[in-house]
Amino acid sequence: MANPKSQEVAALEITGLEKTFDRPAVDGLNLRVRGGEFYALLGPNGAGKTTTLRMVAGLLEPDAGSISVFGTDARADPLAAKTQVAWVSDEPMIYEKLTPLEYLEFIAGLWGIAPDVAEKRSLELIDWLALQPHAMERCGGFSKGMKQKVALAGALVHEPRLIILDEPLTGLDAGSARLVKDVLLSRVAAGTTIIMTTHILEVAERMAERIGVIAQGRLIAEGTFEELQGRTTKEASTLEEVFLDLVEEDDATMMRSLAA
Amino acid sequence: MNIAASNTLPWFAAHEGRLIWRDFVSLMTGGKPQRTALVGTIVLAIIAGMHAFAAYLVRPALETGIVADKATLLMISGAVVMFMSLMFSQSIESVTRAYYARSDLDLILSSPAPSHRLFEVRTTVLALQTIMLSALIAAPLVNVLIYYDGWHWLSAYVVLISMGGAATALAVLMTLALFRLVGTVRTRLIAQIVAAVVGAGFVIALQAVAIIFGQGVSRFSFFTASDSVAASPDVWSLWWLPARAIMGEGDALFIVALASSVLLAGVVGFSARRFARDVLATAGMVERKAAVKPFKGFARRTSIRAGLRRKEWALLKRDPWLMSQSLQQILYLAPPALLLWMNFGNDYGIFLVVVPVIVMAAGQLAGGLAWITISGEDAHELIDTAPVPMRTILLAKIEAVFAIIGVVLAPFAVVLALFSFSVAAWMLLGGALSSASAVMIQLWFRSQANRSLFRRRQVSSRIATLCEALVSILWAAAAALALAGSNLALVPVIVVAVVLCVAWFLKPVRA
Repeated sequence: MANPKSQEVAALEITGLEKTFDRPAVDGLNLRVRGGEFYALLGPNGAGKTTTLRMVAGLLEPDAGSISVFGTDARADPLAAKTQVAWVSDEPMIYEKLTPLEYLEFIAGLWGIAPDVAEKRSLELIDWLALQPHAMERCGGFSKGMKQKVALAGALVHEPRLIILDEPLTGLDAGSARLVKDVLLSRVAAGTTIIMTTHILEVAERMAERIGVIAQGRLIAEGTFEELQGRTTKEASTLEEVFLDLVEEDDATMMRSLAA
Repeated sequence: MNIAASNTLPWFAAHEGRLIWRDFVSLMTGGKPQRTALVGTIVLAIIAGMHAFAAYLVRPALETGIVADKATLLMISGAVVMFMSLMFSQSIESVTRAYYARSDLDLILSSPAPSHRLFEVRTTVLALQTIMLSALIAAPLVNVLIYYDGWHWLSAYVVLISMGGAATALAVLMTLALFRLVGTVRTRLIAQIVAAVVGAGFVIALQAVAIIFGQGVSRFSFFTASDSVAASPDVWSLWWLPARAIMGEGDALFIVALASSVLLAGVVGFSARRFARDVLATAGMVERKAAVKPFKGFARRTSIRAGLRRKEWALLKRDPWLMSQSLQQILYLAPPALLLWMNFGNDYGIFLVVVPVIVMAAGQLAGGLAWITISGEDAHELIDTAPVPMRTILLAKIEAVFAIIGVVLAPFAVVLALFSFSVAAWMLLGGALSSASAVMIQLWFRSQANRSLFRRRQVSSRIATLCEALVSILWAAAAALALAGSNLALVPVIVVAVVLCVAWFLKPVRA
């Protein structure tokens, strides 16, 4: 479980974050994730989850607001913030013509990890993620699950303090999904902060310490599963029921305000 | 709305027609329908210009009268072979795409619709596309001949259509043969290399023959040389059948059209039933595993830029298709290399031909490689999230490109330096400037794209492609003029500056 010491520091602090494409995608979002916690960010399609996390990872420039990663202003000093963050998307970002070990060597180089340290960590990760038989094969012929495991190894090789995962379990078989979940939980136990978006609500319910629900670019609810249960007007026994109720309620509120 | 009965040939044809038309409109207008009138006007102006140029070219021949003698038949036959090689090359590309591009094939093949109908329609469409492409080049010349010399030249269009059909049929046959001989995994690579070699090979071979026999570097020198005419078959030989058909001889035209129709119909009939099976085979293909090498440990004492450069070179080296496509420019260096070898030390003037070709090829090669490394970055999000300044990343990618250009130019520089240091220096300077200009344009117009789209990269930015081609040509002209000791060399340099300024102003705004 989360390291109580690291909980004192905010791993991620977002204030008044805004991003507009043809319509507002993120609309004055405020969010605080404590150090060493497993945080699940939920929301319907188009709610602004991925846009928010892409801004945190430095892949999108916000229109307004601030992002702080472990006290570092990510907008003022993006490189210092990036040093502490790893981003894993649902589409594995790997090079099909490189082997997993070559890929990890390249990533370690980007994050400035000493070669001897990187080599040791890479071999451990390859072993841990059961990629040993394929360590010297090119990733092009790998299945989606294997590619996702290589991408995850890439995110872990530089030992980031904050790992952001956007739908990491999409398309994985049960075995690979279980392995990824175990790896993530062990990292949280070691003090790493994880923020994950997922549409598999059972995973969020079982793994996350706190859950944030985003709708229309705003945080509409946040807390532990039990706290969220307490916020719903209906009887809800699962996260799925809680989530649907919260989103429906927010939609109704929005419609009422528009009508008014 | 498609009113033909579903799953019939007309129904598939209407579906394909709609997709092609929308693609075409989008390509021409850049997705902005309000541009249609402007684009239409520009296209009409270009067509008018091409007709004027064609009239200028054929008028001397028309004044003396065009008769079916050996010289005329040889000239027309040469053009036929040149067009056929282009059409065959284009057809191989298109047929390969029809088998390998997944786009809507999974949807259609998973439906109860008969796949052979789709293949029949798609093969016809491929033939039409090949014909249209060649017609764009040939039409001004044919139209001018019809206008000044008579309606019998209309038969040239029939021959063009026949050639398109035959080229498509041969391309399908070749693809099927490759499937059987080398399997689905290697077929695409081999077919695309063959397409590149066939497309450029004939023109290069003509230039090489002309150089060897001392007739200059013109592609048509061989066909106009008196020795070639004398050595040609008699005017009644069957070799001249396509040429006679083009000139409007009824019997020849009938034979050419019939032969092509039979070939196309036979090949389509033969291959259509196998289409679904072959497409499924390409879908199930997996990359051949590279030989597993023992792990030698991570590289020591390496900088971020060195790591990025090494990554770029490794990705390129391990992708034979991409390598063959990007290094295609080197093929065009073969004739000047031959010219250099044949005339080494004899004639300073020869460098006026060789150096500009090298300079232009360097620019084109650099542009292609810059697109691959910068826009075709496979894991751009990974790179963007790394704690490395974008400047460092781009610098490393540019270094990777220039290192390859250096390796390509080095042998030419060494050979030229043996003759004259100044010539070698001008070549290197021109090559470097041409490459730098092309790379700059690719930097300004960079966008995220898949490397597999390399062949279609010009679609994403026609301005970048045009500017890249222009600066390469202009630097080549500047190098030639500088070598000739002319102050006019400054003119293309100034125009390059203008082109680069235009590209800078037109570059997309980055978020």
